Amino acid sequence: MQDQKDIKKTTYKDYAEKRASPSPLIRDTFLAFIFGGALCVAGQGLTALCLAWTGSEKTAGTLASLALIAIASILTGFGVFDKAARYGGAGMLVPITGFSNAMTSPAIDAKSEGWVLGVGAKIFNVAGPVILYGTLSSAVYGLIYYVLKTIIL
Amino acid sequence: MVRTVRPEHPVSVTVTAAVGGKKEWNGPLGARFDYIDESDRFGKKTWEQSEAESQAIALRLALNKSSLRETDLDAVVAGDLLNQCSSSSYGLMNFRIPFLGIFGACSTPAEGLLISTLMLDGGHYRRIGVVSSSHFCSAERQFRAPVEYGGQRPPTAQWTVTGAGAFILENAPGRVQIDGLQIGRIVDAGIDDPGNMGAAMAPAAFEAFRDFFEFSGKKPADYDLILTGDLGAEGSAILKELALRAGIDLKRHNDCGLMIYDRATQDVQSGGSGCGCSAAVMASYILPQMFEGNVGSVLYAATGALMSADAVKQGLCIPGIAHIVSLKADMKNNRGERAQ
Repeated sequence: MQDQKDIKKTTYKDYAEKRASPSPLIRDTFLAFIFGGALCVAGQGLTALCLAWTGSEKTAGTLASLALIAIASILTGFGVFDKAARYGGAGMLVPITGFSNAMTSPAIDAKSEGWVLGVGAKIFNVAGPVILYGTLSSAVYGLIYYVLKTIIL
Repeated sequence: MVRTVRPEHPVSVTVTAAVGGKKEWNGPLGARFDYIDESDRFGKKTWEQSEAESQAIALRLALNKSSLRETDLDAVVAGDLLNQCSSSSYGLMNFRIPFLGIFGACSTPAEGLLISTLMLDGGHYRRIGVVSSSHFCSAERQFRAPVEYGGQRPPTAQWTVTGAGAFILENAPGRVQIDGLQIGRIVDAGIDDPGNMGAAMAPAAFEAFRDFFEFSGKKPADYDLILTGDLGAEGSAILKELALRAGIDLKRHNDCGLMIYDRATQDVQSGGSGCGCSAAVMASYILPQMFEGNVGSVLYAATGALMSADAVKQGLCIPGIAHIVSLKADMKNNRGERAQ
């Protein structure tokens, strides 16, 4: 390369992307399986406990979900959750614990700007897109379901 | 056009001070820091105020070490990563020293040394302080996600250093003199991944070195150490490849982002970054080694990724920059004892 005056953008980008080592897929998948699996086992255990307590399967499921949300939120507050998620990855983030962390972490973070302009304004910073597009897509699916149902019946 | 400047009058770095947090303390250079706060809070309630305080502590330490009062400084040139350079202005506002706030992303410490050298060389100033800082938590908040958010990092990502470095420069001969400067150009290499800033900055570092060796008449072999700011493992490897292809020998290259943490044990992926990264490494390790006469000459190129969180979301690339400061220790008049 005699002329290095301009490092060509596209070729350099390709080069940089090619040489960057990707995230360790097998390790990440394995850890996600272990962490996510352990979480689900814990959730199942909680459900069983709640079932024995309340006798209602529906209530037990709700209580177990609430307990997992609370635990993840408290662990986020103690600064433990993000460390576990760095290893557990999707195993920690995909279950309801991830949503809990996505709500708690911006709330903790924004406290320095006050309850209204900080916590109030920024609490949906991370989970906002999930809530917005989750609600929107459920409305769309509902509509499709309604149309199909009226056509078929 | 790029200019390589050699100061006409002697300008020297007389004293440095480095401040760090827990992760920096646990790193290979931990014991060399002048001040460590293991809580990373520096006695303040918010992360932004903590970073500002780290600048104040660094400057105060540098003044104390040289038995100077704040009135002895004619100016202070300082910068950080936060919007409006707030760590610098809030951290240094109580000093009542004439203040210049600068932004060069992680190239800020070199930019500060460079501007101060020109001010001192111009003869209007006698003694100037340079301060540069970053804080992992305040940077996460501004550039990425909430501090406690559980996410994973790609192997090319870098860890923002919690720390600050302060330097005091004089327009007089001293043990370590600045004998070359070069203001870098903005280089857009087309990288738009904030998880790979080493790749975004490496071409800027390469161009800076290529120009410097072309215009200054110096060779890589003239330096004991060729030091980049925070390219990390990824950026350093790219820089070496680019240099090799252009026939520039960077065997004596090291990178502050690789020196400040132990990548094998500290979970920092590609290495350290931030305005505090090379500032703290220079202030805690490199310059003290030069003061002691263990290192003769250093070519220091602090690299910066001049990105904003919004620009990246708008699909723009991450421009890189690298400013060069060439430092030379006066080995003949050195009476300092050699460190082990």
